[in-house]
Formats: sequence, structure tokens, C-alpha cells
Amino acid sequence: MKILVAVKRVVDYNVKIRVKADSSGVDLANVKMAMNPFCEIAVEEAVRLKENGIATEIVVVSVGPSTAQEQLRTALALGADRAILVESAEDLTSLAVAKLLKAVVDKEQPQLVILGKQAIDSDNNQTGQMLAALSGYGQGTFASKVEISGDSVAVTREIDGGAQTVSLKLPAIVTTDLRLNEPRYASLPNIMKAKKKPLEVLTADALGVSTASTNTTLKVEAPAARSAGIKVKSVAELVEKLKNEAKVL
Amino acid sequence: MTILVIAEHDNKVLAPATLNTVAAAAKIGGDIHVLVAGQGAGAVAEAAAKIAGVAKVLVADNAAYAHQLPENVAPLVAALVQEVGGKGYSHILAAATSNGKNILPRVAAALDVDQISEIISVESADTFKRPIYAGNAIATVQSNAAVKVITVRATGFDPVAAEGGSAAVEAVAAAHDAGISSFVGEELAKSDRPELTAARIVVSGGRGMQNGDNFKHLYALADKLGAAVGASRAAVDAGFVPNDMQVGQTGKIVAPQLYIAVGISGAIQHLAGMKDSKVIVAINKDEEAPIFQVADYGLVVDLFEAIPEFTSVV
Repeated sequence: MKILVAVKRVVDYNVKIRVKADSSGVDLANVKMAMNPFCEIAVEEAVRLKENGIATEIVVVSVGPSTAQEQLRTALALGADRAILVESAEDLTSLAVAKLLKAVVDKEQPQLVILGKQAIDSDNNQTGQMLAALSGYGQGTFASKVEISGDSVAVTREIDGGAQTVSLKLPAIVTTDLRLNEPRYASLPNIMKAKKKPLEVLTADALGVSTASTNTTLKVEAPAARSAGIKVKSVAELVEKLKNEAKVL
Repeated sequence: MTILVIAEHDNKVLAPATLNTVAAAAKIGGDIHVLVAGQGAGAVAEAAAKIAGVAKVLVADNAAYAHQLPENVAPLVAALVQEVGGKGYSHILAAATSNGKNILPRVAAALDVDQISEIISVESADTFKRPIYAGNAIATVQSNAAVKVITVRATGFDPVAAEGGSAAVEAVAAAHDAGISSFVGEELAKSDRPELTAARIVVSGGRGMQNGDNFKHLYALADKLGAAVGASRAAVDAGFVPNDMQVGQTGKIVAPQLYIAVGISGAIQHLAGMKDSKVIVAINKDEEAPIFQVADYGLVVDLFEAIPEFTSVV
């Protein structure tokens, strides 16, 4: 089967971000970027399905600026077969991204689409569900286990009180949670080989998709700073403060 | 304006997060309707009708909604919005629980509108604040959609009273079964410890725990406090505990009343996951550890002495 994996270029999770002085957004100039960690888990799962003889081809897709080609090359080095970049300079909402991915799904006809559960920049946790709605497919969100048998996929999901397993008819959409797997690192020879793998560049216009949004970000601010705390001398003093001062015990 | 709140429940008990979601709806203003989609969820509907400020409870009782599969519930919600037509719902709200996050984006896409996730405050009927970059920035977002689809972070709103209301309960005769998904089973955590993202108190360990076995000290303390146990990425990467216990930007984001960080240095990646906690306690033998910059109460001491003592005195 063919698997489509969506990846996003985001600020590296180790970077301490700064809000711009004019409150227009987060300062991304000269900041280290990387593949969204949940997308790494999505790529890894697809590669494992290929290693287990279930997947025959892995197509990796990203919607974003031309620099997102770096993250697509990373995915190719990890084992994806070819890449598609839907180039867009503007910051798109999850719905716009889902519409663009739907156009790619229509074109590629994958049996399974794997996305991360959320991107660590916008923290929306929407795109996979929206893509599932637009394509009319079942959705297995927050997946900790994915098992394909015949024309269905059993997805074990992380839910608030534990785990839930659902069975979805293929084609289906899966979004990854932390527990699904431990992503591998790309080896140097594979990074070199990835440079020769095909990477197709498309635009929203070419896909015939409108990316208009009903949301507007008015401003972005730094969160309120925490007031300075105190050091206590002993466990007894700590417990006393928690009981009587903070009243949380 | 009429607001539809999707009830969070397990067919037996109405989850407390629903009360926080109704609180957010009350801040927006207008009539509040609550949708209970499930199977045999009569007790939940009764509980929803008693919530202060709720005008009407809609009950969609059908086998298709038994486990609230999004493939079936999302078309139900979309149809409710479209059926009411003229009077229309202006807002659809759900708690940002695993259920709400699963269903609502599917509703938003079906209605062709953008969603606003995990709001922490209501500025006006169309403007909301939400954290981005794991809480390191707060965005103010305005929606001009005819129907605003929103998930609510429970810790951002004090719950409304669970008693005092007397809403009318109305059955909704709808049965959307997309036939593309089915419930197989579930395994709820057997531990008496609360779930990490919903816990009132969280005790977390880091690299300073030295090994997985030493986490037993934290479990003992957590059990005494009725707390959940978390871990830093360092503890997860070192193999002390499984990665679903990870608190941080790439792990779980928690905002409990009390967060106790034990042997955690306080890397930004970790702080991103817990710095909205009401009270933060740091127990670390390195007094230069960055965790002390965000801690309300800091204790510079060897954790292997402090934790057993803490457990014995509380």
C-alpha cells in the first residue's frame, strides 16, 4: 500500500522563542528550525510499515515555505521514497493545510495518511481530523499502536483515562502520539542518497485550493511572568507553606 | 446568540470539564444548550440539565454515538447547526479533552470554518486568547466565521455550579452512522493515580532520580497526595520511565494546582509543559538549577532524603 506522511517545518523544540516587540508574532529570523517531533514519529511509523512489508511506497508531503525542502530531505533520508512540497509563503491555518493535503490525497490516492497529532508551534491539533473530515475517511488520532490487517486498520489511541482501540476502514487517517515509536536518526550515507530522491514542488493555485481563513491573529504577547518564589529550609517548612500559605495540600 | 456545548461524558457520569466549558460559554453570553451524544446516557442528561446557566439539553441517544466516534458525532453536530437554520448556533464549544480534540476539528471542517483550539480566556464574543509555542506566547485570535468552533482549556476557566439549573431536556432523533469506524475496546488505567493532564497535583522526576527503580519514592509520595506522576525528557530518554509520562513541549502539557519537580533541572523544553501550574515546588540539590527561577517554593536538598520525609509528613 501507499502511505502519505505529512511533515511540518517548525522552530526546534529546544529553542527559547521570543515574541516580537510589536506583538505581531514570534521572531523566527535566524532561529534553528527542524521537523516537528510528532511528524518524526509519523515518518518512523511509515518506514517501519515498509520494513515490515506492509507499505510499498512512502510519499512525504509538506505545506510551507521553500525552506521546508530541508525537512522533506530529512524524511527522505529516514526512508521515504519521494517528496511533495506545496509551497506557500504565508502562514496557513489548519483548515487551509487540510484542504491542500486533501488535494494531494486526491492526486496520490494513498491507503493510509499519517500525521503528527499536533505541531509544536501553533499547538492546534486540528489538521489530521480536518483532513479526515474533508476526505470522508475514518480517523485514528493520538495513536500509540497501528496494526493493518486486510482492508482495515486497528488504531490504539491515547485517551484521557487510558487507551482505546478503534477499527477504521482503509483508506484512513492516523495521527501520532508520543508512545507510538522512537524515531531513528538519519545516517550520513542515507542523507547523501536522499539528495537524489525525487522532490516535486506544487502551489495552492496549481491544486485549485483557496486558503482563505476565517481567523485573524490580532496580537501575540509573552505570557505573564511568574512572580519570584522563595527558598524554604526544610521539608517541614515546605509542607507547612503548601498547607497554610498556598493552600494546595 | 445561542451556544452549543458538547458534553464530555462516559455514558454514565458527566465529566467535570463540561462545567469549565459552560463557564467559558457563559463568558461569551447568550443561551447555552448542551448536547449529550451517547447511548443510555440518561443520567448524564439529567446532570447536564442541573448545570447552572444551561437553557436546554439535547440528547442524541443512539448506538452509533455509544463511544462518541468522531465519524458519527461530527455529522450530528454539523447537522444540528444547519437544521436550526435561522436561529442558528453562533458558537460550538467542547472541552479540550482527548474527546473534544478528536471531534471538534472534524465538525469545523464539515462547516468549512477554522477552529480556535484551547482558549484560556474570552475577550469578546468573537475574540479569544490561546497559548501557542507550548505556552511561551499567547495569541489573541478573532474569528469572523458564522459559527465559531472552539475548544476550551479547562484550567483557564473556573467551573460553574453543577447544581441549581433546571433546563428542559429534548431528544434529538438523529442517527448518523458513517460506517467507516468501529469501537474495538478500551483499557482504562488500572492505577488509582489520576491521569497526568487532568490531575490536581503532579509529582515529576528528572535525571536526578538516577534510575527507574528510584521512581518508587515518587509513586509513594504521589499516592499519599492523590497525585499523578510525570517525568522530564531526560528521565524518559535515560529509560527510567516510559515516554507517555513525559511532561514538556513534546510531551504532555499540564497545569495542575500543584506541580512538584524532583531532580529536574528545568530546561525550557520541560518548563513549557508545566509553567502554567498554579504552585510550583522544586526539590533539587543544585541551587543554581533554572527550575528555581519559576518555582514558588524551592528546597535545596538531596531528594533521596527529602522525598521519604515529605511522604511521611503529609
